[in-house]
Amino acid sequence: MSKQTDSEVVLTIPMHPSMELVAAQTGSLLAQANGFDENCIEEIQLAIIETCINAFEHSKSDDQRVRIKFIIKDNELELKITDRGVGFQLDSDKSAQGSELESRELRKRGWGLELIKNMMDDLHVDSNENETTITLVKKKPES
Amino acid sequence: MLSDKFDVQIREEDRYAVIQTEGYLNGPRGESLAETAKNLMQKGHTKFVINLAKTKLINSIGISILIEIIELLEEREGVLNFCGLTPTIERTFKLVALAKYAGIFPDEDSAIADLNSP
Repeated sequence: MSKQTDSEVVLTIPMHPSMELVAAQTGSLLAQANGFDENCIEEIQLAIIETCINAFEHSKSDDQRVRIKFIIKDNELELKITDRGVGFQLDSDKSAQGSELESRELRKRGWGLELIKNMMDDLHVDSNENETTITLVKKKPES
Repeated sequence: MLSDKFDVQIREEDRYAVIQTEGYLNGPRGESLAETAKNLMQKGHTKFVINLAKTKLINSIGISILIEIIELLEEREGVLNFCGLTPTIERTFKLVALAKYAGIFPDEDSAIADLNSP
């Protein structure tokens, strides 16, 4: 087990409606304290919300919890969002390419991931049949 | 700070209706907003402004419900303009192509003026 440093904050939320706001609010406060501008903070919040609600809706997790690790670095904020669900294949999530008015279910899933990709600088999915961790990175804009 | 409060205010005029939201727009709240819009459509309104100046966060399910409102309006040859979007919400609307089917304006006056233009 790795040793937790002062630059990490770990939050566990239950998969209850609107609990994604608690994670987004934590991310907002940490990003604000770390000097991110307002636009970046809104983008981080949206990415956290979308990642959490994807886990809420699709993970089928037994423990019904999402763990969010916020790692504060000099010029970036890294987020590791983990659920103990059934996992998913990145390719199975249809992207919103073209984004015509498609079926509602497709829009909900596809757009969530597409929004996350667009709001953050880096997205990595590590998923198996027992656990999924989405790693998101937001870099601080150069001033 | 984020708030979990959500509120919808309606202003009906002769030729259009303005719906103003306050707070995080997610699925259940989007459904509530859609019900409000449907009720106004049943009363004969086909021109709408949705003012999101007091909504700083919308999730993808909320967006999909906004598109359902646009689809309902298209069936009635109606028009929907949005105003008061944060830069992130405006970017999101463009990303999901919502901006192709509804107008985006900086403020309520310009959104209403567009509805009333020939």
